[in-house]
Amino acid sequence: MDQLLQHLVNTVIMGGTYALLGIGLTLIFGIMRIVNFTHGELYAFGAYMMYFFATIIGMNFFVSIAFAIAAGMVLGAIIEFTLLRPKRGADIDTTMLIMIGAWIVMQNLEHLSWGGIAKSISSPLPEAPLVIGPVSVSWLRVMVLVIALVLIAATYVVINRTKLGKAMRATFQDSNTAALMGININAIYTMTFGFGSALAAAAGALLGPVFVVTPTMGDLASLKAFAIVILGGLGNVTGAAIGGFILAFAEEIGAGYISSGYRDAMGFVIIIIVLLFKPTGLFARAERVG
Amino acid sequence: MKQVFPLIALAFFATVPLWLQDQYYLHTLVVAGIFMLAAMSLNLLLGYTGQLSLGHVAFFGIGAYVSALTSLGFSLSIFGVQITHEPWPPFIGLILGALAAGLCGYLIGKLAFRVRGAYFVIVTISFAEVVRLVSLNWVELTNGPLALPGIPPLTLGFDWTGYVTLWGKAQNYYLVLVFIALAYVLIKRLVQSPYGRAMIALRENETLAVSVGISVTKYLVLAAIFSGALAGLAGGLYAHYIQIIDPMIFMFLNTVTMVIMVITGGKGTLAGPIVGGLIFGLAPVVLRNYVGPEVQWILYGVLMILIVFVLPEGIVPAIERWFNRKAKPGRKDGSAAGGKAADRETGQGGSTLALASSGKVNS
Repeated sequence: MDQLLQHLVNTVIMGGTYALLGIGLTLIFGIMRIVNFTHGELYAFGAYMMYFFATIIGMNFFVSIAFAIAAGMVLGAIIEFTLLRPKRGADIDTTMLIMIGAWIVMQNLEHLSWGGIAKSISSPLPEAPLVIGPVSVSWLRVMVLVIALVLIAATYVVINRTKLGKAMRATFQDSNTAALMGININAIYTMTFGFGSALAAAAGALLGPVFVVTPTMGDLASLKAFAIVILGGLGNVTGAAIGGFILAFAEEIGAGYISSGYRDAMGFVIIIIVLLFKPTGLFARAERVG
Repeated sequence: MKQVFPLIALAFFATVPLWLQDQYYLHTLVVAGIFMLAAMSLNLLLGYTGQLSLGHVAFFGIGAYVSALTSLGFSLSIFGVQITHEPWPPFIGLILGALAAGLCGYLIGKLAFRVRGAYFVIVTISFAEVVRLVSLNWVELTNGPLALPGIPPLTLGFDWTGYVTLWGKAQNYYLVLVFIALAYVLIKRLVQSPYGRAMIALRENETLAVSVGISVTKYLVLAAIFSGALAGLAGGLYAHYIQIIDPMIFMFLNTVTMVIMVITGGKGTLAGPIVGGLIFGLAPVVLRNYVGPEVQWILYGVLMILIVFVLPEGIVPAIERWFNRKAKPGRKDGSAAGGKAADRETGQGGSTLALASSGKVNS
C-alpha cells in the first residue's frame, strides 16, 4: 500500500510535465494539422537552454526557466516561419517529411554543439526530501509539479479567456471562416507553433534538472508526447492534460510491478491498445485523420 | 530500351568486384545494397500505397534477429517451459526471418490501416520502439545490449552440388546483387499486376478506388506483408553478413536512412530506391573525409527538407521529365520518342539524349 502511494505521488509529479508536452503537441496538431516531429527536440532544446542559463551563465534558477521557455517559443516560431509557412496547405505527409528532416538536423546540431556527454543541472532547492508519512519526494520534483500546474492553468486561461485563444479556437474549428472574420490565420499559426514549442521547452527546462540532459533525450519525449496525444484524442487539449497523467501512471505501474526496463514501453503499448479499441482517443471530439 | 537499362545497370554492377579490389569499398557497397533492399520494401508502402511507415526498421531488425537466432540456436524458459532450439542452417534462418517479418507486416497492417495518416505513422513508430525495447530487455533470448555475436555466414548449395560458405566480401556482394535483382523484378511484376494497380488507385484517390470495388484493407495489408517480408529478408542478409547484431539495429535513424533513400530517389518509381540507396550508401565514403557523423546527419536532414521543397517527386522522375522535355522536339521523328516519353520506369540516358540532339538539329 505504501509502495502504491509512492507510485501515485510519482505519477502526479511526472504527469504534470507529460501533460505540458502533450498539450503543446495537441495544440499544434489540432490547429495546424501538423504532426510535429520536432516536439521532442524542442523539449531537449528547453533542457539545454536551462543548462546554458542556469549552469553556464549562472543565472537565477527560476529566471533561467523563464528564459528557456522564451527561447523555445522563439525557436518554434522560427521553425514555423521558415519551414511550414511556405508549405501551407500541403498534405500532411509532406509536412511530416519536412518535420522529420528538421528533427534530424536539430538533434545532431545539439550533439554537435553540446557534445554527447550528459549534462546535469544543479538546483538551489534543499537536497533533503520532503517526507509525508510513508511517502518521500524531493523538493525539486515538488517545484516541477507546481510550475507545470501553473503553466497548464495559464494555457487554459490563454485558450479560453483571451482574444488570442478565441482566435485559435476559431481557427481550429474552421480556418476559412476564421479568416473571413478577419483573423490573421498566418499569425495564429506562428503563434500556435511558438506556444506549443514553448510548452515543450518548459517540460524540458523542468525535467532537465531532475534527470540529465543528453542530445537524444528528445526521441523518447516525442514518442511519449504522441502517446499522450493519441490517448486524449488528436487536437483535444483537456484530453492531452489527462492523457499525460494516465501515461505517467502506466509507466509508474509498469516500472514498479512489471520491469523497469519496460517503463518506456508503456506509452507504446497504450498507443496500440487505444488505437485497437478506441481509435479516436479516450476523450474524442471526433478528430480523425485519414 | 525500357527493358534494357536495368540490365545494363545489372551487368555493370556485376563487374564491380572484378575491378574494385578495395575491401572497404566493397563492404560499403554490400551494406548499401542491403539498405537498398530495405528501401525498396519501404517504397512499396510509401511509394505505391502512399502510407508512410516510420517503423520499417522493426521488420528489418526482426528479420535479422529471427535469422540470427535460428542459425545460432537458443535456450530459454517461458513460464517454466524450457524451449531449446538447435542451430539450423543460416539459409533457413533467412527464410524464417522474412516470414516472421511478413507476419508482423500482416499484424501491423491489420491494426494500423484501420487508422490512416498521422495515426498510421505513429503506430508504426510505436511498434518499432516496442520491438527495440523487447530486444533490449529480453536478455535470455536476445542477449540484450551485449549483442548476438558469432552469427554464421550464409551457406549456399545442396548435397549434390557441394556447399559454399559466403565469407568473402565479393561473394556477399553478388548475393546481395542477386537479391536486389530478384526484388526489382518481383516488385515490378507486382506493381504492374492488377494488385499493384489497385494499390496505386488507393494512393491516388481512395474514395474513387473504393467506389469501383477495391478493398482498401485487403490491398494495404497485402502491401504491408510483402513489404515487411522483404525488409526482413534484408535484415537477415545484414545479420549474416555483419555476423553480429545488437538492439542498436532498431535505431530510428535506420528508418530515416530508408525514408531518405526513397524520398530522394523518387517514391513510387522502381529505380528510385536504388538510385537513392546508391547516393546515401556511398555518401559517407566521400563525406567522412571531411566531416564527422553529426554533420553528415545534419546534411542528410537538410537535403531531405530541400528535396521536399525543390524536388518533391525525387530524382528519378525529375531526370525522366528532363529527358522527355529534351526529347520533345524529336517527336516528329516518329513514334519512338513518344514511346520514350511514356517510359516511367527508369531515366535511361543514351538514346534519349541522342534523340534529343537530333531533334534539335531537325528543328
